[in-house]
Amino acid sequence: MTHPPKSSAAPPPPPVPGVPTMPAMPPQPGPPEQRGRPAASGRQGPPVGSGRPAPPLPPQVRRTAFVEGADRLRAAATTEPGRLRIIGALLALLVVAFGAVTAWQMADRSAAADDVLNNSQPLSSAAADIYRSLADANTAASSGFLAGGQESADTRKRYETDIDNAAEGLVEAATNSDPGSPAAATVARLNRLLPEYKGLIERARTYNRQGFPVGGAYLRYANEKMQKQMLPQAEVLHTSENQRLRADYADATPYPWAAIGLGVLSLAGLGWAQHRSYRRTNRVLNQGLVAATATATVVLLWLVVGHSVARSDLKGSYNHGVLSLNVLHDARIASLKARGNENLTLVSRGAETKQVGDRTVDAYDYDFRTDMDALGKRLAEAQKLADDATGEKPVTAAVGNMKVWKDRHGAARAEDENGNYANALAKVIGPKDATGECFDSVDDHLSDAIDHETAEFRQAAGDGLGAMTGLSAGAAVLAVLGAAGAVLGIGRRLSEYR
Amino acid sequence: MRGRRLRDRLKGWGGVGAMAAVCALALAWALLLPARPDSGTTTDAGGPGGVTRATQARADKNCPTPAMEDAPEKQTLSPSSADGRTIQAIKNRPGERRKLIVGVDQNSYRWGYRDPNSGGKGDLEGFDIDLVHRIAKDILGDENAVQFKAIPTDQRIPAIKSGRVDMVVRTMTINCSRLGDVAFSAPYFKTGQQVLAPKSSTITGYDGSLAKKKICTAKGSTANTKLTDDRKAKTLVSTADLRTTVPNQLDCLVRLQLGEVDAVVTDGALAASQAAQDPTVELKGKPFTTEYYGVAMRKDADDLVRRVNQVLVDYRADRANGWQASYGRWLSATLGKTSSTSEPPSPPEYDRKS
Repeated sequence: MTHPPKSSAAPPPPPVPGVPTMPAMPPQPGPPEQRGRPAASGRQGPPVGSGRPAPPLPPQVRRTAFVEGADRLRAAATTEPGRLRIIGALLALLVVAFGAVTAWQMADRSAAADDVLNNSQPLSSAAADIYRSLADANTAASSGFLAGGQESADTRKRYETDIDNAAEGLVEAATNSDPGSPAAATVARLNRLLPEYKGLIERARTYNRQGFPVGGAYLRYANEKMQKQMLPQAEVLHTSENQRLRADYADATPYPWAAIGLGVLSLAGLGWAQHRSYRRTNRVLNQGLVAATATATVVLLWLVVGHSVARSDLKGSYNHGVLSLNVLHDARIASLKARGNENLTLVSRGAETKQVGDRTVDAYDYDFRTDMDALGKRLAEAQKLADDATGEKPVTAAVGNMKVWKDRHGAARAEDENGNYANALAKVIGPKDATGECFDSVDDHLSDAIDHETAEFRQAAGDGLGAMTGLSAGAAVLAVLGAAGAVLGIGRRLSEYR
Repeated sequence: MRGRRLRDRLKGWGGVGAMAAVCALALAWALLLPARPDSGTTTDAGGPGGVTRATQARADKNCPTPAMEDAPEKQTLSPSSADGRTIQAIKNRPGERRKLIVGVDQNSYRWGYRDPNSGGKGDLEGFDIDLVHRIAKDILGDENAVQFKAIPTDQRIPAIKSGRVDMVVRTMTINCSRLGDVAFSAPYFKTGQQVLAPKSSTITGYDGSLAKKKICTAKGSTANTKLTDDRKAKTLVSTADLRTTVPNQLDCLVRLQLGEVDAVVTDGALAASQAAQDPTVELKGKPFTTEYYGVAMRKDADDLVRRVNQVLVDYRADRANGWQASYGRWLSATLGKTSSTSEPPSPPEYDRKS
């Protein structure tokens, strides 16, 4: 640790540039303005005073503490121990700040990543489920009507399950939304509409059983409420939950520049201090400073590597999980809407028409085609996004189901166009070879695909969150150790002046 | 100053002069009217007490002649069984499509509706549907050679004009303004607009008790036109709220039951169907118009109109399986055992010459 002095080296305490006129020898007395204020000696400041004659005190009592401190500092900077103290304090401050900012920024990112994994993504999925349940309940209700007054046990069960799911989803969404937020208002509106809708459906059922066509009128009214009020609200909810998810991603992934900057600054400061020490003492290593440098390096590396890994995992969870999930949810909703419109084409029997160019077409059949196109597009997207065979299989199967569905739908429409309503009905809700089978298969396969992508998302996002585990606490502890090292290292140099 | 006063005075006289001219014109018009040769102004006596038929008909500003205004149901062609262009086209439809395409209602209880408990076959049934089967049997030889299309009230005329359907048999009132768009058969049923309200309601009929009440009508229905015109003409209280219109008269019953409206105005025959589905509502007051239902067809389908008129003659004459039997089966429960108030004019008149 000690080296022979270099031949051309200046005597150990060289004059410091920038502090003129003063000879920089350690045991020098204070500056000339010190004119003896013995009464104040008890209040001598700790940073510059210990072990030496009283530092200068301002002559006037009315000087502010700031000015007084600045004076003391200036006075201290004229002596090497004073300078060392200042350097030590600054280094410790820098390293502690580096640790604190790292801990703070990573705690933020880690919390956002945790929200992504355990809060906003599940809520976004839950909102999609609410939409799906509502649309599915409506489809089940219209299927029940198509089947006649006595709907099948399956249809009834499906409807009840959907309503239960929607109600539960709404409670969950309500619990997780901030009071007074737009999402909370949307949930409240949906909560109001759900029992209204259910009431209308129950009336429709009762009248159907009595054989009164007013039951059908109630069903139409309920359908209108669902299509015009409830589903748009559910869509708003889904959109806002998705925004929250994207916001959480945006909070979790940006580089912690402040922490990185402070880390680099700390290392530079430590390096400079060591270089300074070497120039003055010819000692290469100062244990304390080396330990501080080592810990700061560890924290900086941990920070950069840990965050980069977390960032890439999170991006992966978005690109392979969330994007796929969004597309799959959209596909599922498109298939549901298509099924609902297919049913309504038969319920309304041409009652609703639409002008397309110069042709008048059945409004529900037109919507069915639009929905099927959307389904086809979403499925193609989902195939592209699927990144492994397990994810792609159910999607491919759904594409196959969709093709059969389109064929069968064409056959059913032909029957209806030819006036064979009963045959058309059998081809849509019949027990065998009906389009209902295809819809159910599409729905099941999409559900499988969604489960798979959810697992992928949880895996990737969980890894990302894992990569940040302990970073905050670790950074804090190491920074304290580093700061201690820096203080000790400087203290060792200081002790040489005693 | 002087010039201005003069001008003012002249202006005042101008207004009076204009009024006088209008009065003179109106007087001349009124005097000339009875002199018209084929006037049908005296044929309105058939309706039951309190008929306001004339008011309703005069509301049709599109009526080309007073005869059409007063008795639109007579504006049809004489019956004939001959096949013409339209009928041939229907008969020439290939294979499965060789069917009569008819616009009907599937929501009018006992007129055209689907019994929810029919067992999933989705067959429509009712008084209108019986008539459709009869026409199909006559034209195509098979009473089931029909493709039913359910049509909302305000789509009846567009559906005929665009050729989506061959005919509309859907409790459709023959009136003057519709005669401008479609051709009607002879009347096959008589009814009139009536008010339907909860039994507990203070509404007593088509009168001042409708003040500040919300009234539901079907979009494009006779009731809707009549009420709007009457309110404009001040024969209906101006505070009556007519804003609620629905695609189908039955949707009005839903609104009534949910308390969104206070009363429904529709044809008495349909109002009775609604009352039959809900024992807590009833018809209030007497019918305040007289109208006839007819089969609507394309304006240029002369052979089809004549053929349908022939079917109607036979249908009325067939006591066992015709009009009377269908009335007994579907309507006697809601409209009364005797069909006298519902029967169309007999024998029908065929005043349309081309």
